[in-house]
Amino acid sequence: MKELMLGNKAFARGLYEAGCCFVSSYPGTPSTEVTEEAAKYDEIYCEWAPNEKVAMEAVFGASLAGKRAFCGMKHVGLNVAADPLYTMSYTGVNGGVVICVADDPGMHSSQNEQDSRHHAIASKVPMLEPSDSAEALEYAKLAFKLSEDYDTPVIMKMCTRVAHSQSVVETSERVVPADKPYEKNIPKYVMMPGNAIRRHPFVEERTEKLREWSETSGINRVEMGGTDMGIITSSTSYQYVKEVFGDKVSVLKLGMVNPLPVKLIKDFAAKVAELYVVEELDPIIEDHVKALGIKVSGKDKLTLLGEFSQNMIREAFGEEAKKGTKLEDQIPMRPPVMCAGCPHRGLFYTLNKNKCTVMGDIGCYTLGAVAPLSAIDMTLCMGASISAIHGYNKAGGEENASKTVAVIGDSTFMHSGMTGLANVAYNQSDSTIIILDNSITGMTGHQQNPTTGYNIKGDPAGKIDLEALCRAMGFNRVRVVDPYDLKACDQAVKEELAAKEPSVIISRRPCALLKYVKHKAPLSVNADKCVGCKSCMKIGCPAVSIKNGKAAIDNTLCVGCGVCSQLCPVGAFEEGEA
Amino acid sequence: METKNVMIVGVGGQGSLLASKLLGRLLLDEGLDVKVSEVHGMSQRGGSVVTYVRYGDKVYSPVIDKGEADYIVSFELLEAARWMEYLKPGGQIVTNIQQIDPMPVITGAQQYPEDLVEKMKAAGVKVDAIDCLELARQAGSAKAVNIVLMGRLSHYFDMPEDSWYKAMEAIVPAKFLEMNKKAFGLGKDA
Repeated sequence: MKELMLGNKAFARGLYEAGCCFVSSYPGTPSTEVTEEAAKYDEIYCEWAPNEKVAMEAVFGASLAGKRAFCGMKHVGLNVAADPLYTMSYTGVNGGVVICVADDPGMHSSQNEQDSRHHAIASKVPMLEPSDSAEALEYAKLAFKLSEDYDTPVIMKMCTRVAHSQSVVETSERVVPADKPYEKNIPKYVMMPGNAIRRHPFVEERTEKLREWSETSGINRVEMGGTDMGIITSSTSYQYVKEVFGDKVSVLKLGMVNPLPVKLIKDFAAKVAELYVVEELDPIIEDHVKALGIKVSGKDKLTLLGEFSQNMIREAFGEEAKKGTKLEDQIPMRPPVMCAGCPHRGLFYTLNKNKCTVMGDIGCYTLGAVAPLSAIDMTLCMGASISAIHGYNKAGGEENASKTVAVIGDSTFMHSGMTGLANVAYNQSDSTIIILDNSITGMTGHQQNPTTGYNIKGDPAGKIDLEALCRAMGFNRVRVVDPYDLKACDQAVKEELAAKEPSVIISRRPCALLKYVKHKAPLSVNADKCVGCKSCMKIGCPAVSIKNGKAAIDNTLCVGCGVCSQLCPVGAFEEGEA
Repeated sequence: METKNVMIVGVGGQGSLLASKLLGRLLLDEGLDVKVSEVHGMSQRGGSVVTYVRYGDKVYSPVIDKGEADYIVSFELLEAARWMEYLKPGGQIVTNIQQIDPMPVITGAQQYPEDLVEKMKAAGVKVDAIDCLELARQAGSAKAVNIVLMGRLSHYFDMPEDSWYKAMEAIVPAKFLEMNKKAFGLGKDA
């Protein structure tokens, strides 16, 4: 049956059809839906793990148990999971292992735009790269076969435009291969030096065998057209090339980007007058072609930065870009903002008001850096807030410790905040850590985590008690505040900053977008009372603005959280619509 | 047929997902190749969002570039103006006249431009601007703005109303079907 399917959903369909039995992942845009969609199949055990490293190690265990297993993550997640990946390359697998890594060129929702192909090359693990939903489905099945045939984990590299585009797929039935019972094999699975030394040559031989396979298997295909120009490309770049040139040029479309073929590229180069590589981010294919001694052009025409588009290809190759009409007016930017009623807002207002230095982390609350809250000083990677405040306070002493806090979400805390907290507890820095507990993984679209009490299917699950956890680690000062209560927030922040020992504040209120959260009626402004002082504008709420010199509430957005009214010196905000 | 391009633009959280789903379903049912592309994640938090819908005999790129869109369907007036440059010469804008202030306007750093519909028309662009929020409320739910817009878009599409209803039946929960059909009709005849 023909269906229009999101790339990530098609990937999940491929997992299902390939008989995948075990999925463990950590959410991360643009990879999240692969796991969410897989969880809709009752035949597949699916879970959210606390982080990508745990997920990949769980998948390794499932593979040992003889099942086909999968884990998904975004590009930066693979950094976290790099440790198990690089050695799983040596052990190989029992049941097939497929790993999704989703890159985000253009950084729609990421802190960097690293090119994950480097990880495949460095870990010597094969990497497939689909260019649309149909290939995502097909390659997911192929990846399991390759994994088992060549005794290796296989990475499927997605990118935003493949992961989050819908295109037409045809589905088929699920086929579950026979289990492969676990057999003790110390030389293969116990990677101590004496064994690892013997596995390394296997890895190098495997790469050459896979290269052989890639030359002739059809995963890399030549589409001959005009021979003045030949373009080697892959993924969504292939789609842009075909959009612009159609059959006017010849194309070598790569479906496997590690290892890269040699003979196929040499043969293709010999058939065309000029050879080009079109690839987003780093010149990985281009460098490979150059290393073969073939004259090729690529990054001298196209940027290392961001996403491509058809106009960029047109301009790079001397064709005229399509143009539209622009207005002369300056169109104000519309950056993402914390939602109306977001529980983070009251807390960040408090941090701004107290002129805190704030070590930030990864999540919706990174938006606390945006004006007018402007409360975050640093965002690096998952968990870095707690580790960094420790270093900042140890190095800077009392002066730093008396005004610095770390902020981290509940899911990010579970991901990699706990180890940083252990360091604060063990090496005793006078740090104030605020866990922004909104009872969900927010930014990626509401995934459960170990603190929520529910699993990926929404069924009751184990629930980690944050207060008990922090106390068990040795924190004497652990307190909970409601971020809608500005007075309580202010008091908690002031007292914990003043305390001469490590402390944890848990700012607890569920995400305003959660379906079970009941909201109050929108507030209204009593224009007779409002003096137009703009105190309410300090919180950056999208529902509050100044119209004709007076505060105004957008009643399609306001959820009645009441944070703005706590700032009003004259009590102009009233409950219920005017 | 040559590939056609529809952009659906708006403010994160306004419900463009259902609109692109409906359009995708409709076009697939017509036997066409279809690609629908959007971005999830941070930009959805009240930011400017865009969905690309492309259809034809064979569609390659999942995105629409400047000067390529046959139609821009906008949930919000400023967003119509922002993305206008993506319209091809002779293309059509269908927009809701609702205005949602972005943060730089709320904080007073920038102004919401005035008379955008007139300015876009003066720039030589075909603009069909209607009060979708009002029509959606008439149909029974403020959330039906997306279907009102699709109804208005159908006015420009050479496709029987039955095809739209069939697609709607496939993707809208049964209990909301009548309300959505009403919203669609109000948009179409606006």
